[in-house]
Amino acid sequence: MLDLVIFYFFAALAVGAAVMVVTRQNVVHSAIFLATALLATAGIFLSLHAEFLFIVQIILYTGGILVLYVFVIMLVNLDLALHQVQFNRRWYVALLLTVVLGAEAFAAIAVSRQSLYALPPAPAQALDPNTEQVAWGLFHTYVLPFEIASVLLLVAMIGGVIMAKKRI
Amino acid sequence: MDLNAILTWPYLVPLICAASIVLVLPLVAGYIVLVERKVMADMQVRLGPMRVGPHGLLQPIADALKLLIKEDIIPENADRWIFWGAPLISVTAAMLSLSAVPIGPVFLIADLNIGLLFILGVSALGIFGIVLGGWASNSHYSLLGALRSAAQLVSYETSAGIAVVGTVLLAGTLSTTAIVQKQATDGVWFIFAAPIGFFIYLVASIAETNRAPFDMPEAESELVAGYMTEYSGFRWALYFLAEYTNMIVVSSIATILFLGGGLRPFSGTSALDFLDYFPAAMMLGIAGYCFYRAPKQPVAVQKGFMAVVGLLCGGLALLLAGPVAVPALAAIKPGLHGGFWFLLKVSAYIYVFMWLRFTFPRYRFDQLMQLGWKFLLPVALANLVGIAVALALHRGLGWNVVLSFGLTTLLTVAVAGFLVWVGEGREVTKIGEEEETAANA
Repeated sequence: MLDLVIFYFFAALAVGAAVMVVTRQNVVHSAIFLATALLATAGIFLSLHAEFLFIVQIILYTGGILVLYVFVIMLVNLDLALHQVQFNRRWYVALLLTVVLGAEAFAAIAVSRQSLYALPPAPAQALDPNTEQVAWGLFHTYVLPFEIASVLLLVAMIGGVIMAKKRI
Repeated sequence: MDLNAILTWPYLVPLICAASIVLVLPLVAGYIVLVERKVMADMQVRLGPMRVGPHGLLQPIADALKLLIKEDIIPENADRWIFWGAPLISVTAAMLSLSAVPIGPVFLIADLNIGLLFILGVSALGIFGIVLGGWASNSHYSLLGALRSAAQLVSYETSAGIAVVGTVLLAGTLSTTAIVQKQATDGVWFIFAAPIGFFIYLVASIAETNRAPFDMPEAESELVAGYMTEYSGFRWALYFLAEYTNMIVVSSIATILFLGGGLRPFSGTSALDFLDYFPAAMMLGIAGYCFYRAPKQPVAVQKGFMAVVGLLCGGLALLLAGPVAVPALAAIKPGLHGGFWFLLKVSAYIYVFMWLRFTFPRYRFDQLMQLGWKFLLPVALANLVGIAVALALHRGLGWNVVLSFGLTTLLTVAVAGFLVWVGEGREVTKIGEEEETAANA
């Protein structure tokens, strides 16, 4: 019961904050709501006993990427953005598509309800020790895809440096 | 509910710790400020605050009262809500990260599997308070201070994080209590296994807490007071509280990782068990000094206050001596003595912070960035590789511990020396180039 309450609290917080991210006029306010949404997602991870994902979500997204966002936002002239029209005139098309997509998702959940609930519940300690299990998965079971992704990121990073720097 | 049920209630210790973090920490932060002023005065051959209470002992309370009743000024074009909320973000993040810090083996709120990451990650959230506060003030000084602060934090967090990873390799776990436990079973504090890691963490932690010689965000001569320029009264006090709490947090991390947490020095050597009397002896010494100074105070109230402080220290001495001298009380020894040693080490680390602050002149911003990215980060990486290699040599090939760690430490020092050498060469050519272009123009 308590688990459900916590889940719905964080879920509502995440969705509500996500809506605010899109609708706020001021970009800094959007950034704050984005931080809220990300932290709420982290809360859901924690309530699912995925401690490592929880803290990585906070360190990477909230503490890392979002700080960079805010950093850039502050260097931009906000007054200009404040006077621009925020929504396209054909926003109702997007709304319609969103509603259709949402209905689809709900239908999918409703249809698969039986099969989803038919899954056996995981044993209580299935995710412990969390960090070790993630490490085992990344560096042992899926080491090749992981290394490929690392190389890709490294290439992107070097490319970014080269493009940003005029004279090396 | 009878007393026994209350004492064995599993939430009792966490509740006490949480309450004391929220309630006592502001007081502790205030007294750290007082100690800082006293240490500064001592190093500059002055007396420091002497008026409020004996030797200025009540100064923090007077300051807090003054800040509480000061007018809360909000700039006209400020973003009101963010201006209000920003200091709260900083304070909350700093205090929350303390919840995973074990003050000795007993006094901790939660022993998380990811304890260390939790402390690092949550305390890093405090930067939002700084950046948003600086932005919401709608002032150029504040914004520039906030941007500098963010840049500095992000740069030095990388080095600090990699230095921390080195000790995590040594401990093989992220749980704060297990890291301390590992140092007890290995019989060596990790500062001796990874001295360079400790040095990197020391420098990076000073930079992360925005303290001199890295206090660029609040360089008075350039930016008034940095991101706090527009803040006054209680909100300003909250920023200050967050800053000092962050100092305690980084000192706690250093204590846990490198200085053996709540362990007594030589905790494995039974021949040195007389060191168990050190806490009580130290407290007795402080009490004796208080009683010695009490009659020399100018006012009767101050004499009484000094005597009360002496009595308090005497009581603490009794409390700390009790479990060592009386076998019946031995059960409470780990908690009390662990807490004492932990707090003593944290205080020593904070003292080093102050010492450095009053010894070194402030860095320039480009020097700060160069130090962070071109020196500390490569050395931290070399240190990490060195520790990994040493562990492989020791555990995999069965080399001597001292030999393998000594060898890799020397190699890391060589890398650092090489970096300094290269850096000096580059600096010289750069200055020459600039002169050349100036002459051509």
